[in-house]
Amino acid sequence: MRYLSLTDSDQEAMLAAIGVSSIDELFQDIPGEVRFDRPLDLEPALSEQELVAHFEDLAGRNAHTGRELSFLGAGIYDHYVPAIVDAILARGEFLTAYTPYQPEMSQGVLQAIFEYQTVICELTGMDVSNASGYDGTTVAADTCYVAKHATGRTKVVLAEALNPQVRQVVKTYAPGFGLEVVEVPHTEGITDPDDVRKAAEEAACVIFQQPNFFGCLEPAPELAAVANDAGALAVAHVDPVSLGVLEAPGRYGCAIAIGEGQGAGNYQSYGGPHYGFIAMRSDYIRRMPGRIVGETTDTAGERGYVLTLQTREQHIRREKATSNITTNQTLLALAGLAHLSWLGPQGLRELGETCMSLVAYAKDRLGLPLLFPERTTFKEFAVRAGCPAEEAIRTAREQGVHPGYALKRDYSGMEDALLVCVTEKRSPADIDRLAEVLGA
Amino acid sequence: MKLIFEKSQAGRRAGTLPSYDLPPTDVPEELRRGEPPRLPELAEPEIVRHFTALADRTFGVDTGFYPLGSCTMKHNPRVNERVVALPGFRDLHPLQEEDGAQGAFELMWRLQEILAEVCGLHAVSLQPAAGSQGELTGLMLMRAYFADRGEAEQRKVVITADTAHGTNPASVTMAGFELKKVETDARGNLDLDDLRAKVNEETAGLMLTNPSTLGLFDEHIEEVAEIFHGAGALLYYDGANLNAVCGISRPGDMGFDIVHINLHKTFSQPHGGGGPGGGPVAVRDILEPFLPAPTVMRDGEDFRLDYDRPKSIGKVRGYTGPFGVFVRSYAFIRAYGPELRRMSEVAVLNANYMLSRLSGTYDLPFERLCMHEFVLSARNLKRDYGVNALDVAKRLMDYGFHPPTIYFPLIVPEALMIEPTETEPKETLDAFCNAMEKIAEEAASDPELLKEAPHRRPVRRLDEVKAAKRAIVKYGFDQHPDLRGERAEGETVEAQKGA
Repeated sequence: MRYLSLTDSDQEAMLAAIGVSSIDELFQDIPGEVRFDRPLDLEPALSEQELVAHFEDLAGRNAHTGRELSFLGAGIYDHYVPAIVDAILARGEFLTAYTPYQPEMSQGVLQAIFEYQTVICELTGMDVSNASGYDGTTVAADTCYVAKHATGRTKVVLAEALNPQVRQVVKTYAPGFGLEVVEVPHTEGITDPDDVRKAAEEAACVIFQQPNFFGCLEPAPELAAVANDAGALAVAHVDPVSLGVLEAPGRYGCAIAIGEGQGAGNYQSYGGPHYGFIAMRSDYIRRMPGRIVGETTDTAGERGYVLTLQTREQHIRREKATSNITTNQTLLALAGLAHLSWLGPQGLRELGETCMSLVAYAKDRLGLPLLFPERTTFKEFAVRAGCPAEEAIRTAREQGVHPGYALKRDYSGMEDALLVCVTEKRSPADIDRLAEVLGA
Repeated sequence: MKLIFEKSQAGRRAGTLPSYDLPPTDVPEELRRGEPPRLPELAEPEIVRHFTALADRTFGVDTGFYPLGSCTMKHNPRVNERVVALPGFRDLHPLQEEDGAQGAFELMWRLQEILAEVCGLHAVSLQPAAGSQGELTGLMLMRAYFADRGEAEQRKVVITADTAHGTNPASVTMAGFELKKVETDARGNLDLDDLRAKVNEETAGLMLTNPSTLGLFDEHIEEVAEIFHGAGALLYYDGANLNAVCGISRPGDMGFDIVHINLHKTFSQPHGGGGPGGGPVAVRDILEPFLPAPTVMRDGEDFRLDYDRPKSIGKVRGYTGPFGVFVRSYAFIRAYGPELRRMSEVAVLNANYMLSRLSGTYDLPFERLCMHEFVLSARNLKRDYGVNALDVAKRLMDYGFHPPTIYFPLIVPEALMIEPTETEPKETLDAFCNAMEKIAEEAASDPELLKEAPHRRPVRRLDEVKAAKRAIVKYGFDQHPDLRGERAEGETVEAQKGA
């Protein structure tokens, strides 16, 4: 078998050294009743060439963005991933290294994570970031756990305009955390601070999204203020790609900033693996879940990096840990660092501006009624298709275009609503094509 | 080595965007970015050099032997990287309509079937993002099962082994259960008397890995299962050590009701410097209704997502899980076919060979054949020469190896937990054992050499006490402190661990 180096003579020599006469004898401690005594019912082994052919067949049956002009967003985005990201992730040292518990073996990974932590803090205006969470949904659950322990309160408030997947995951974790979840409905596509004010009494945290799931800009500073007035932690779930044009949550009163990192550096990949980010004010550093890299010196006085504040983590604190997380999303976070380094501050600002200009063009060109005409949007907006959304999608896809997400999948009263996303990968000509197939 | 920010120069950039010649739009002033983020400013050549230098300072499985216990640092096949990059997988949006994702669904369904077969169980959720999340999911499934039977209030306690990985108790707390520990006996099995005393009608279940973190198969596993099932409780299998038993013994047949699998251990998803991973769960049919939604199901020639799951615990991660990880694991398994059993046989052979070579030189806590990993103790070196497991680990670096796990499992003093995996050739195993013997000799003749190791890495031993005290967790730009002139604080805060 091509992944094994063992030869027959190796096996013979090794069995002799061990003092057994067969491989079977090595398993003598396994009671007979639990021995598996038939071959595994799996398809026969494939050579590498056959393997590739099989996977090409499977991949060939998916409508990816190379085959279908796509305006799908709703939490996962088709932003341009530059070639250096591929090149960096292909380095076998990064790809195949373990978690850097032995820092002398892993200074490269540790320094890269330190740089990633710095970038996330810069984007969000926070003091400390961890080395990544699983994705943009689980970091919201993590945050509720932090808020519970920081405030002693057992209620969490979520804006209904927060990504439905994020809210579902929080609701799944909540019973085990002993938390009650309250949702605040949106008003014409944004969240009214007065509605939050009522809900935030005795809440541990208030989580809102900026831009929100509908692509609309929330009155974020006011939402943070009403949370803070109620003694709840203000938490913004943010799009990293927006943070060249939108203000950092740390500058308008948030305690914690979280989000899905995918749009910065990762391919869509049918939803994963990607990376979630969590960044906080320094007050909460000891409650941060997951790994944190810190700077120090070695015995020769040279600068170096180590995992730090490990007494928060499962391998030391066990049942009292801030989280059970061990494996995280380091490699994908490194991709994020590479992408954001490639963009630089200018590039990130231009990326945000480009998306917004394209959206303005699209709104005008499509000429369809906007679901929330009064709202400023970032890179997505909701329109009324004039027919049930799934019909509009079917008709458009027959012409090689995916027009966007059917909001009715998550929200009532939105039978004909499509969430249309325009990233820098969609040109004005692409938008013209969308207008054509939507019959606008 | 400089940080990327220290190499930045204002005005440099690597990325440019297409310009569409559209009028600019405005963000309302109260929402607009004030100070720009201080992202690096470099052109492409220097970004590439920076990451190349970082890679040069990183040791991966591609570099050399990496025998961390219970981590299963096996070779990551390159063809897996080729197939995961196929546009049909890489550029597929997770909210694409079902008829546009049939290839993805078929892959997931087939992986589910394979994992059910390997585990000897009935239904699978691929959703959890990592082993820890699989553990938490499994505990949520337990709670849902008992709630469905009206026993939610009653079943409050989950029992873990004293050799358990830290994630087990951490998961128990996050799931809202109380923790109890059961002891290991002198032979390395769960102490049945201790177990019988602790299992009662308040017990929801057991969390156990088998073989244990000692690398030993529990010889009484059937009795263990009977004790829990007899009390109306469930058994949860931590799949961290599954590499030892694929095709040889199945967790479902051992009596386990819920299993999580670590795709980044047993099934070759690369570790990536800390992640990503995948932690799918396989369950007995009694637990199937509670699995996270959606599941992937087959409907004749088509595949679809089943959202109609009224008893589901909900959703533990976005979309259907870490799909790219599924692609690699499925590719790994399809390369083996039913010969997957051979993978485990060789993993166990390699470990026993190393054990036979080292048991004369180091302390052996348990007089048994091991499975895919084994634990030695360096306490003899500590007693005789004042050299401990940490010193051995650091000196191994000078010999070109990544050290094994140290100070875990907790019940073995000065523990060295070694898992070679099946992909290592005999010469590598011999070279490592030779180095371990040499280090034992050095402990006697020149202990300072070990205490000051490593000598040949980019850095010497690092001051972890200073790191925790100063908590410098990001670059401070103009305000960034220079720690180099400051006094040393000390090296280790807590016993290190590597698993």
